[in-house]
Amino acid sequence: MSSLLGRNETLVAGVILAFCMVGALADPGFLSIPTLMDLLRAGIVLGILAVGVLVVLVSGGIDVSTTSLAIVALYVTTLFVQNVTPEMGWPLAFLLAAVVGALLGAINGLLIAGLGLPTLIVTLGTLSVFRGFLLTFVGSRLISNLPGGLRDFSRAMMIRGTNADGSFYSLPWAFAFLVGVVVLTWFLLYRTMLGRQVFAIGGSMESARRIGIPVRRVQFLVFVYVGALGGLAGIIHASLARVANPQDLLLNQQLPVLAAVVLGGARLEGGTGTLTGTLLGVSLIVLVSNSLIALGIPNTFQSIVIGFLILLGTGLPAWQARRAQRRAA
Amino acid sequence: MTAAPAPRVSRLLAQPEARLALIMVLVFAVMAALAPERFLTPQNATSMAFQFPEFAILALAITITMLTGGIDLSIVGIANCCAIVASLLLTRLAPGAEAGVGWLLLSYAAALAAGAAAGLFNGVLIAFGGLPPILATLGSGLIFTGLAVALTGGTAIMGFPASAAWLGNGSVLGLPVPLVVFGLLAAGLSLVLSRTGFGLKVQMFGANPLAARYAAVDIERLLLRVYVASGMLAAIAGLIIMSRANSAKADYGQSYTLLAVLIAVLGGVNPYGGYGRVVGVVLAVLTMQFLSSGLNMLQVSNFARELIWGALLILVMVINTRTWGFRRLRRRLPTAAPQGETR
Amino acid sequence: MTDRQPLVVMTGVTKTYAGITALDDVDFVVRAGEAVCLAGENGSGKSTLIKLLAGVEKPDRGVISLDGVPHAAMTPTAAAASGIAVIFQDFSLFPNLSVAENIAFGAELAEGARFVRGRHVRELAARTLERVGVPLDLSATVGMLPVAQKQLVAICRALASEARLIVMDEPTTALTEREVRALLAIIQRLKADGVAVIFVSHKLAEVLEVSERVVVLRNGRKVAEGPAAEFDARSLTRHMTGRDLAEVGAAPLDPSAPVLLTVERLSKAGAFADIGFTLRAGEVLGISGLLGSGRTALAKALFGLVVPETGRVTLDGREVPLGDPLRAAGAGIGYVPEDRLTEGLFLTQSILRNVGVGRIEAHGRGPFLDMAGLVEDARDWLARLRVRAPDPEAPVRSLSGGNQQRVVLARWLARAPRILILNGPSVGVDVGSKAEIHAIIADLAAHGLGVIVISDDLPELLATCHRILVMVEGRIVEDIPRMDATEEGLARRLAS
Repeated sequence: MSSLLGRNETLVAGVILAFCMVGALADPGFLSIPTLMDLLRAGIVLGILAVGVLVVLVSGGIDVSTTSLAIVALYVTTLFVQNVTPEMGWPLAFLLAAVVGALLGAINGLLIAGLGLPTLIVTLGTLSVFRGFLLTFVGSRLISNLPGGLRDFSRAMMIRGTNADGSFYSLPWAFAFLVGVVVLTWFLLYRTMLGRQVFAIGGSMESARRIGIPVRRVQFLVFVYVGALGGLAGIIHASLARVANPQDLLLNQQLPVLAAVVLGGARLEGGTGTLTGTLLGVSLIVLVSNSLIALGIPNTFQSIVIGFLILLGTGLPAWQARRAQRRAA
Repeated sequence: MTAAPAPRVSRLLAQPEARLALIMVLVFAVMAALAPERFLTPQNATSMAFQFPEFAILALAITITMLTGGIDLSIVGIANCCAIVASLLLTRLAPGAEAGVGWLLLSYAAALAAGAAAGLFNGVLIAFGGLPPILATLGSGLIFTGLAVALTGGTAIMGFPASAAWLGNGSVLGLPVPLVVFGLLAAGLSLVLSRTGFGLKVQMFGANPLAARYAAVDIERLLLRVYVASGMLAAIAGLIIMSRANSAKADYGQSYTLLAVLIAVLGGVNPYGGYGRVVGVVLAVLTMQFLSSGLNMLQVSNFARELIWGALLILVMVINTRTWGFRRLRRRLPTAAPQGETR
Repeated sequence: MTDRQPLVVMTGVTKTYAGITALDDVDFVVRAGEAVCLAGENGSGKSTLIKLLAGVEKPDRGVISLDGVPHAAMTPTAAAASGIAVIFQDFSLFPNLSVAENIAFGAELAEGARFVRGRHVRELAARTLERVGVPLDLSATVGMLPVAQKQLVAICRALASEARLIVMDEPTTALTEREVRALLAIIQRLKADGVAVIFVSHKLAEVLEVSERVVVLRNGRKVAEGPAAEFDARSLTRHMTGRDLAEVGAAPLDPSAPVLLTVERLSKAGAFADIGFTLRAGEVLGISGLLGSGRTALAKALFGLVVPETGRVTLDGREVPLGDPLRAAGAGIGYVPEDRLTEGLFLTQSILRNVGVGRIEAHGRGPFLDMAGLVEDARDWLARLRVRAPDPEAPVRSLSGGNQQRVVLARWLARAPRILILNGPSVGVDVGSKAEIHAIIADLAAHGLGVIVISDDLPELLATCHRILVMVEGRIVEDIPRMDATEEGLARRLAS
């Protein structure tokens, strides 16, 4: 029981509940299907990115380049489709974006797994390299007239309805991608040996090496996978926003993404982290970002709240680890 | 120390600082050759001397935290926050443009105090909360930036007294003030690291935190002091930025975190802790400034510059890790040490 | 036995690290179904030999053949594929994964499984646990288990991978006598199945009865080999150390020596309970116990690294604050840790700095450090402890184990402590240096220091101590004066 209470998941779920109650008290229309749909919609891109970052953290690394990578993938893909294959349907375009993302992720993977460089510094570097390359050599012009395939996708709604008060609500099919990514990642992490190897490396890299796990290969694949997810998140973001912007503000979502993952209980030391926790973390971040405005708290406080959430998400397990260590020693 | 000449050269070059000095001369030469009529001018020298101190001071802040095996990613947030504290004091409490030098000094003191407080906050999280420095300072950086936005509503604060321009644009004995400030801070940090017990302990802790604990080093106090120092250095950088821009805003110097980390790593500071010299950092700063100002003259865009900085950071890491190979293994695999034999 | 197939044959294997020869032209054979004791002191080259077997390191010269096939470059995968499993002292488990997964991981990996076969994994784990005869919760997280159970998981993992040769590094240090019995029974069954076992240890008496052969290494060379029946504890010791242990015991203690340290009712749940003893000036007190008996936790508690829940420690009549290493050090307690490489030394830093770090405060000159004074002080202590360091500015990692240990000693002695706690003072130290360290201990005591030696090396305790406390399961069960102590008696008490 105490272990359940001490978990980040429980804490985050509690905070979400409290938040909803405050929201409901402040605004009777808060607990409604349209609000839920808004939140789900806002969580799509953040969620996919967070799942990717979770995998990196489980393997014992950190990645601060995913949003930069996502923007490169979305822009390159849109540009390519617009100029070369304007008739391309969205499935192929999505695949293309994922491949671009995977290739960029492979660069991170080569530097980190291949050359053994520290993950923070490499991804800090590639964060700039990706962005700088895009804006210097690919283009800095905003594409507001998306190719037809991507426009079609953005119009495809999974749920559509009218509320009692006559307001419309809808949830785009893009949400299915988040569900798909979560299911796929769950399968990879918990049902394949590769996924178990990711956990094993995060738990003890030396033990992994001794038992014969190809540590470098697994690390490399982790970054390729994260890259592919980043590419996917990027193109979904572009099609939902109906614009491909090489200077997209998605770039600033890196820290909220990281906050969501550490809130969910993943640790920088590696080896721990769950998809449930990450999704709860994403929910909380989305809830906070969307509701602060609704609750009349100025937008400017968002980054303060997210900063606190990062500290809370990291501080809780760190504090518990200290206590446990002191008890055992 | 009396090795044959040939090995002596190679041993010299095995030191990151020596390699860096060579690179610096090369960069200077290349830039001078590419655009001698603009690069090799007193105007260019002066403009460079005014430009680099702000991020160079931030690099000193990164250096001292990196020496302990940590990092401070909140420096830009602290710098802006402190500049805003100073500017609010000048414009809201003091009579703005009419404020005297007393008010200015008071605002500087307030900024330094704010920097120390911010650093203390980081230090407490890391030393007593046990948070990994990366996440602690990422989170606190957001908070500091958020505070800066909240204090100003996101707009730039202007209307300082004329005397406020001195720190960023003035000269003493023909030398730009920011350069003098950087020089003093760099010399001071160098002295602290090589000549004080605190500096020695910082390096020993960075080399092996566990052994430091077993050697009865006061780790918590040490970390607090390191992050307070980092916060105060960031505050000074913030004041220089404020003086040069003649305004304070929450989102100035966004690219400086990367630049500061780049300079520290380029300067040979080991991101895993335990090794780093201020000489190296100063050389790295100069190299970066030559490069930056050369790129300016070649009219390279800001975006391309971002690309170059990122690529350079990775390239330097690739080169330096070869010398750190041994340490990296030890740090990453704390359980790897065989219990018995030590051969 | 000789008609059995040789499983592993090593011929003329040599390995050097940074100019130091760890293994020198060693031949070594293991046949299917036999148990071999690989004996040697710390530093004799046994760990290196295991690493070569496991493919973690590559020999500089020599050939390793598996099933008659020579391998120029052994890899961990090749070793695992041919059924070599090494159980390292740290067990190399995954603390974040479950018992079942830890047991089955290697086997699943070797089979090239792509997907997690949950039921298969649990069945395999349950089966192997049954072979060992110890029930464990299959879904428990390994990081939460006590040390002895972790070892069982490690053994099961080797068994699950269908190991044909299991190398056990110091297998009995963490086990109680009953657990050792259970282990030996398992080994007998494994041998009947044709599995070969190598015991690597510096305390082999316990496993001699299930072994066929003994191989003794000393300073990287093979110095003895023969049927186990021809060895006993005494002859093993002689071969391992190269001489009969004729170290004189501690000089008699002055009966009027004042009490220096008093420990009363010191307790910490799960580590040690109700510890009480006194230490007199000039006395060398031994504390012995198995791994997990609480000896290290107690030592750390005296130095403030572990916070006891109750109890009092007084030094010279003044109470020492608990749970703060700084104040313990300030009160005059010094602690030389067990694991020199991770806890004791700043490997990349210079020898002088490694000594000087203990005395930084004493060399303050205003805000600055009196570097010259610090260096001179450190040099002085290096000379006094006869540390053989050609260049005191060189990184401390360039020194041998014995000299490294003296560097840590020098750091503490420079602080002029009243009490020095030495945890495993000669672990990883060559035989010659060991005797010198013992001489240093005697010398310190003669100068009025109170010394506490924590060790499971019984001859060492007998050679240095006036009195030996025996710890079992967190409690002091016996207080034996040196004159009444024998190695056999102590060993029996420890394992009780």
